[in-house]
Amino acid sequence: MPALMLAASILAGFVAAGAAPAFVRRFGPRAAAWTALVPAALALYYLSLACSEPAVARVLPWAPSLGLHLSFTADGLGLLFALIVSGVGAVVAVYSSGYFGGDPRLGRFYGWLLVFMAAMLGVVLSDNLLLLYVFWEITSVSSYILIGFDHEEANARAAALEALVVTVAGGLCLLGGVVLLGTAGGSFEISTLLARREGIQAHPLFLPALVLVLVGAFTKSAQFPFHFWLPSAMVAPAPVSAYLHSAAMVKAGIYLLLRLGPLLGGNAVWTWGVGGAGLVTLLLGAFMALGQTDLKRLLAYSTVSALGMMTLLIGLGTPASLGAAVVFVTAHALYKGALFLAAGSVDHGAGTRDVRVLGGLFAPMPRTALGTGAAALSMAGVLPFLGGIGKEMAYEAGLGYGLGVAAAAVAGGLGFFFVAAVAGYGPFRGRAPAAAHEVPRRMWAGVWTLAGCGLLLGLRPGAAAGLLGAAAAAAGAPGMQLKLWHGFGPALGLSLATLAAGAGLYALRARVRESAARLTWRRGPEAAYEALLGGTLAAAAGLTRGLQSGRLRNYLVIIVLTLVGLAATPLLLFQGVHWPETPYDLRFGEMGIAAVILMAAGLAVRSRSLLGAIAAMGAVGYAVATIYLRYGAPDLAMTQFLIESLTVLLFVLAFYRLPNFATLSSRRARVRDGAVALLAGGLVTVLVLVATGLQLHHPISDYFVRTAVGEAHGRNIVNVILVDFRGLDTLGEATVLGIAAIGVLALIKLKRKEP
Amino acid sequence: MTSLILQVAVRVLMPLLLMFSVFLLVRGHNLPGGGFSGGLVAASAWALFAIVYGAGAARRALRVDPLTLIAAGLGTILASGAVGLVSGRPFLTGLWGALDLGAYGAWMVGTPLLFDFGVYLSVIGVVLTIIFVLEEE
Repeated sequence: MPALMLAASILAGFVAAGAAPAFVRRFGPRAAAWTALVPAALALYYLSLACSEPAVARVLPWAPSLGLHLSFTADGLGLLFALIVSGVGAVVAVYSSGYFGGDPRLGRFYGWLLVFMAAMLGVVLSDNLLLLYVFWEITSVSSYILIGFDHEEANARAAALEALVVTVAGGLCLLGGVVLLGTAGGSFEISTLLARREGIQAHPLFLPALVLVLVGAFTKSAQFPFHFWLPSAMVAPAPVSAYLHSAAMVKAGIYLLLRLGPLLGGNAVWTWGVGGAGLVTLLLGAFMALGQTDLKRLLAYSTVSALGMMTLLIGLGTPASLGAAVVFVTAHALYKGALFLAAGSVDHGAGTRDVRVLGGLFAPMPRTALGTGAAALSMAGVLPFLGGIGKEMAYEAGLGYGLGVAAAAVAGGLGFFFVAAVAGYGPFRGRAPAAAHEVPRRMWAGVWTLAGCGLLLGLRPGAAAGLLGAAAAAAGAPGMQLKLWHGFGPALGLSLATLAAGAGLYALRARVRESAARLTWRRGPEAAYEALLGGTLAAAAGLTRGLQSGRLRNYLVIIVLTLVGLAATPLLLFQGVHWPETPYDLRFGEMGIAAVILMAAGLAVRSRSLLGAIAAMGAVGYAVATIYLRYGAPDLAMTQFLIESLTVLLFVLAFYRLPNFATLSSRRARVRDGAVALLAGGLVTVLVLVATGLQLHHPISDYFVRTAVGEAHGRNIVNVILVDFRGLDTLGEATVLGIAAIGVLALIKLKRKEP
Repeated sequence: MTSLILQVAVRVLMPLLLMFSVFLLVRGHNLPGGGFSGGLVAASAWALFAIVYGAGAARRALRVDPLTLIAAGLGTILASGAVGLVSGRPFLTGLWGALDLGAYGAWMVGTPLLFDFGVYLSVIGVVLTIIFVLEEE
């Protein structure tokens, strides 16, 4: 069962995540690198799948009534991403054991890293959209924890929260879109939905579903205007940035766009929405990267730009552009992952990440320098690196679509070259003596591995052609050609022009940086996010202060008025007040009882003594119980008598030590309370009258009367209902009573402990 | 409170009230009564005791913590429901059997009576938990 194996591979990630903390605690931080065996083994497994059959999808029911199945598919697209996730995961796991040294939090770190990996594998291997959503949210949560890994730092917490709020808000949109898609298509299985493409696109729910899914993908993949969380997330440790925020998690949105493109694409909204967002993000990210001085933020903005490039290519939707997107995704994961790891190494070895200060690190850190240089060359788009192939394919796709798109791609490529030079060449050039040291092997080896893959795949594209071709085919572009040399053509010209212009830009880097930093906005979408967050918190605080004043009588007034409002509004709006037609024939006895109730109520209000008021309230209750008795409900009456007695007792006990309340309320407060009480009483009266004049359904009491003796062996129908017919309700009520008693106990005992 | 009249009266009333509460519980299925009102009567009896002799004395006389009574009551209710479950029927199915009392005829007993006993216990527990703690305050 290949699907079972796929499910097991994801499960293995979660199991490893659970075991990692204990493993690290038992065998020490140096042994932590061995946890990399899990992602490495998974990568080998996915590689073996990539070489064999093209696609499998099997279903294990989870919650079939919801359309939620554990169904997995391993086609080219899913396997490509799974390989990236597990492969980069293995490298990052080894790297982290060196990066963190003997940090005591290492076990926790590995646990969450593996949780993320398993969830990300779930995202790219799920065939069920609901299942995909579940994994999608797990990646958001693990990203939150990992960004806020240094949780004692306030800005780490704020950045983590920002990323969480943005991606989870997008996740909520995605869920809405998924549900709408499932409604329109009658299934949540992606493979089934793809087969029903025509019907879904014609469905009236298609447009809202499309927009919601796009918002979900854009937030996750940091597209404008949601891009701001990604640079903020750079407070995370370098391995996290390399793994989650460049190679894997931010690619989840790209994956979703590639996966659902054949289903949702081919219309103007898709082309303009996806393509437009990608175009803006590409240019904006490239421009904002120019002004950065922090190595990691520089790389982050260029990641935003690269994600924009992928989104743009997917939005164009031509076979050439989709093929370029797939190749570019792969190349980017390899070189950007390597560069982020290298940034961590540079920080580790030189103690700073400021690109204006860094320099001369080649001599002390030659191995890191070599790996970083290779990755930077791939990023700059130099042949024979995979990044070069990807860039040329992107240029070709742009030229095939229109000159404007090609120009934007070139502008993006220029930005990539600049960032590659600043991050991959700048820190190592020159001979400035720097007090730096080489990082341990497990750190530079990671950079080498990723950068080396980029070079090998560029030299021998045939090795990956099968998988990348299958991935492009799954995204809707069959027959992709992958070759190193594209021949002399306009794309090559543009490529050479980019290199030349990029070199010029780098030569002027100090002035470029200054001008770009000056032009970059201070109050972008991030300010809107902060205003929204601050406003929400302020409103919540205000509401809480207003509602929870700490005065019992205010609580009572609020509760009673809410009840009156909720009950009266539908009554007046939809029902209208219909008085019962037959008048009641009031007998003398009932009038007498009513008079007692009124008198006792008046006494309770007017009484200046606490005990007197309580006793008067008890009299009201007793009189009401008498009415029950007269109408033939002895059980109810008896319970009411007992409850009234106990209530009086409780009141007396509770109020025994209170001061005399009558002197505490002002006249205004008493008038207000009286109005509220009259409103509530009036509402209940109207409700009772309306309810008696209304008969919507046949009453169930006849059924109880018929069956009580025969089936429940009881002649007291009230009791039979309580203990048999409605036994579950009684169980619930008894539980509530118990909880209430515990609550009272806790309130009073806790209060006692106060000095 | 140290009213001699109340002290003496409680000594007489307590057994009567407690017996009355059991009486209400047992007859409840066919005549006015039941676990809820029976429990309230028993709880009132104990509340009276607590007012006259103090909550500490009442706790000692009761011997069981009222919270334990709540737990025991809810457990009894669950157990009465589980009988149906064990015999392959839905949770809380009422099951009945005739108890032969010889000369006094047959008495129908079933899980609903057990259920009612659970209600009886939890009502006593809830009321006494609150009253004792207020009385001690």
